[in-house]
Amino acid sequence: MKIVVIGNGMVGYKFCEKMVARYSLHASELVVFGEEPRPAYDRVHLTSWFDGKTADDLLLATADWYVENGIRLHLGDPVLRIDRENKTVQSHKGIVETYDYLVIATGSAAFVPPVPGMDKKGVFIYRTIEDLEMMKAFAPNARSGAVIGGGLLGLEAAKALLDLGISNTHVIEFSSRLMPRQIDDQGSAILQNKLAGLGLKVLTGKNTREILGDDAITGLQFADDTILETDILVVSAGIKPRDELAKAAGLTTGPRGGILVNEQMQTSDPYIYSIGECALFNNMIYGLVAPGYEMAEVAASHITGEAKAFTGFDMSTKLKLIGVDVASFGDPFADPESCHSIVFEDKYKGTYKRINITTDGQFLLGGILIGDAAAYNMLLQTTRNKMVLPANPEDLLLGASRGTSDAGAGVTALPDEAMICSCENVSKGAICQAVTDGHETLDDVKKCTKAGTCCGGCTPMVKDLITATMKAQGKYIRNVVCEHFPYSRQEMLDLIKVKSLRSFDEVLDHYGEGEGCEVCKPVVASILASLWNDMILDKGNDTAQDSNDRYLANIQKGGTYSVVPRIPGGEITPEKLVVIGEIGTKYNLYTKITGGQRIDLFGAHLSDLPNIWEELIAAGFESGHAYGKALRTVKSCVGSTWCRFGLHDSVSFAIRIEERYRGLRAPHKLKSAVSGCIRECAEAQSKDFGIIATEKGWNLYVCGNGGSKPQHAQLLAADIDSDTCIRYIDRFLMFYIKTADPLTRTATWLNKLDGGMDYLRNVVLNDSLGIAAQLEAEMQMLVDNYKCEWREVVENPELRKRFSHFINAPEDKDPTVKFETMRAQKKAAEWK
Amino acid sequence: MSTIHTTSTSWFFACKTSDVPTNGGVCVKYKEEQIALFYFARRNEWYATQNLCPHRRQMALSRGMTGTVKDEPKVACPFHKKTFSLKDGRCLSDETECALTTYPVKIVDDKVYIGVDAVVEMADAQI
Repeated sequence: MKIVVIGNGMVGYKFCEKMVARYSLHASELVVFGEEPRPAYDRVHLTSWFDGKTADDLLLATADWYVENGIRLHLGDPVLRIDRENKTVQSHKGIVETYDYLVIATGSAAFVPPVPGMDKKGVFIYRTIEDLEMMKAFAPNARSGAVIGGGLLGLEAAKALLDLGISNTHVIEFSSRLMPRQIDDQGSAILQNKLAGLGLKVLTGKNTREILGDDAITGLQFADDTILETDILVVSAGIKPRDELAKAAGLTTGPRGGILVNEQMQTSDPYIYSIGECALFNNMIYGLVAPGYEMAEVAASHITGEAKAFTGFDMSTKLKLIGVDVASFGDPFADPESCHSIVFEDKYKGTYKRINITTDGQFLLGGILIGDAAAYNMLLQTTRNKMVLPANPEDLLLGASRGTSDAGAGVTALPDEAMICSCENVSKGAICQAVTDGHETLDDVKKCTKAGTCCGGCTPMVKDLITATMKAQGKYIRNVVCEHFPYSRQEMLDLIKVKSLRSFDEVLDHYGEGEGCEVCKPVVASILASLWNDMILDKGNDTAQDSNDRYLANIQKGGTYSVVPRIPGGEITPEKLVVIGEIGTKYNLYTKITGGQRIDLFGAHLSDLPNIWEELIAAGFESGHAYGKALRTVKSCVGSTWCRFGLHDSVSFAIRIEERYRGLRAPHKLKSAVSGCIRECAEAQSKDFGIIATEKGWNLYVCGNGGSKPQHAQLLAADIDSDTCIRYIDRFLMFYIKTADPLTRTATWLNKLDGGMDYLRNVVLNDSLGIAAQLEAEMQMLVDNYKCEWREVVENPELRKRFSHFINAPEDKDPTVKFETMRAQKKAAEWK
Repeated sequence: MSTIHTTSTSWFFACKTSDVPTNGGVCVKYKEEQIALFYFARRNEWYATQNLCPHRRQMALSRGMTGTVKDEPKVACPFHKKTFSLKDGRCLSDETECALTTYPVKIVDDKVYIGVDAVVEMADAQI
């Protein structure tokens, strides 16, 4: 079987790809003629050529790919004639090829309106890489530019002019609005505003009568007698199917152009197929790449004996136009007689959303999204699958902007046939099946189903499907602490508080079963500490503490411990530095400066810990709580006392904050910092709560963290005084402590918090829950109850006794502990 | 091996019952060995295992947190939270991990005795 393809654009290439995929089944010969000098490239992303992508970057496949797959590719050689009787084609260069099947994928040409003067210098069309090269060569002569055509391609062309440095650019549209096939007047107005902000001026309702200038263009004359001066003009007023070859061969074409095809993409001659923008199906030319690809698939399958059919294509689109989200789906303009429209417009933010629903409020017909298209996927699925709408359909629009959208609930309602990834044709059912088969991460699901591997637009839905499917299998179930306590951490905290329980044993008696375990014990111990701030080794709670808390030190390789005295704000006297040096020498400790402006002493034997702390405390140090899920350090820059840029005394404020919250136990460790000016040397925006000096006071940022998933803190309150700042931190920390899941840092907590930052700000600043005074009082109680736990151990012989390695040989150290030497200090011996 | 174990147990005095924290562990020195001793106060049960966590060969199990899983007593190593059954010493969180040696424990008045087996002792000495 021999197949000849006329045209090597995106769709012609896709046809080759589809045939190659079938080669093992059908030995066939494939010959391709292309008019352009290079193999098929990504015309959709043509503008990226101006961002620095090369023509090679845009290639869909290299010339080698065609060779490797046995495809004979004739470039720069358009076909001139089709001889249907003898089943041959003849090219411009005189090559004659016979065919069993012929595929016409000649695409479209730019439609150039019949306006006098189109032949002047400086007038371009926007279609091929050659067009771009000519525009680029001409652009340095141009100070102002214009584009005829306010559709998708026209706006892309306008972007190209901006990228070429022509900042004074106008878009001229004949109809009353931009993108007339996708959006309505109101949406167009919002889009125009947005574009104006980017320096792009839009003229609508303008009929160009003549192109002015002698040799080169100087301006445009409109039908309303106005004139626009311009040095360069790009025409992008629509497309015209390339059907002239088919017409000459006697194939049926439409009255306004386009090669007539049936559901199998066959033309009026059953041995000749036509696909892409030159094909006319059901009175429609499909000017997008996705339906073109679908046509390529249908034609390839039909030629190789499968029975696929093209039945039209959803022209819903979502794209970023010059940085603005624009989406249009289903029937965006539904007739007001037969539907209701809900419109949401925010002129300040530049967002416009419209959905059309049936008059009975049951179903979604289509809609338009501009400025924020986050809801596109969900709305498109709701339309396509004829899903019944919620009682308040406006929630579909407002949900996303309120920051409370729950796409997770949405995906579960989709039918299994729902197409989640339209690039790769992957249904919801296929994704859920993959998850059930054990592919429980996004990467796994992508690998296994190919969903989300093309444009990536469906990735959030794929993620939601993974979560939902796992939940359905009981893998997430209820958020309980563990098998011993059938409650969430938040519920446990409330229960313990109501009953004023003070020990793990009491809590287990009241609310648990069994003996507890390494999961629930530290959770309960942390809750008790957060509620009462009792000495954590009292009341039998020592054995409920995580190992580090139980020994008030961090266990390190080899079984020795590290010691971190508190150095508030990172400020330390030379005398205290000497003490640390002396202790380090005496107990042979490895010393290192930590990331939080403190000093860590490593390699202490368990039995030496009380002695080391006795000496540290005598010199005025106290516990640094480096071992606890507690406040660690409040880092600071040197601030206004020394720094010539400093606005306020960041060190003093950092010390005040560190001393207020020292020893505070929380669901996870807490870090903080204070910067004395906007240069942010203390890196406060990477902390759980960070403070930056402003001219008028302090800016308070919350919920940042470093670590494996860094996240910037977000502004909670601006320009507040020191006391207000501390009041807000009190409320924020207490609210976090009371509501977070175990071992959840503030950043993750915020990410999961319904309503996000807006909600948190309402609680902390506006007291929307009416609990601010209570939160402050609870924090004050913890602050008042603070005692250095190491001082208590040092002063209590019974507690000191617990810091020995052997219960029956308290003087002996663990003989298996081994050290090695490195750079004149010791290090732990390597473990197996 | 278990029959030899029970027939040739010799008991040594480890410590007083009050030396061991309730619901926690201590490390007992026996000749050159380290044995972890655990007390489950709520059910008044005592367990003893080797102190060495086989995962990274760290002398740490006595400092681990005790608990139960479906009523089976266990300890979690403070280093990487591997959990081991105190009944038979097998690793509960990782099937491929070596099991712990366990020892019988006897309480007489306020004294804790741990039973060691001559054969096991010899095997340990060879390692």
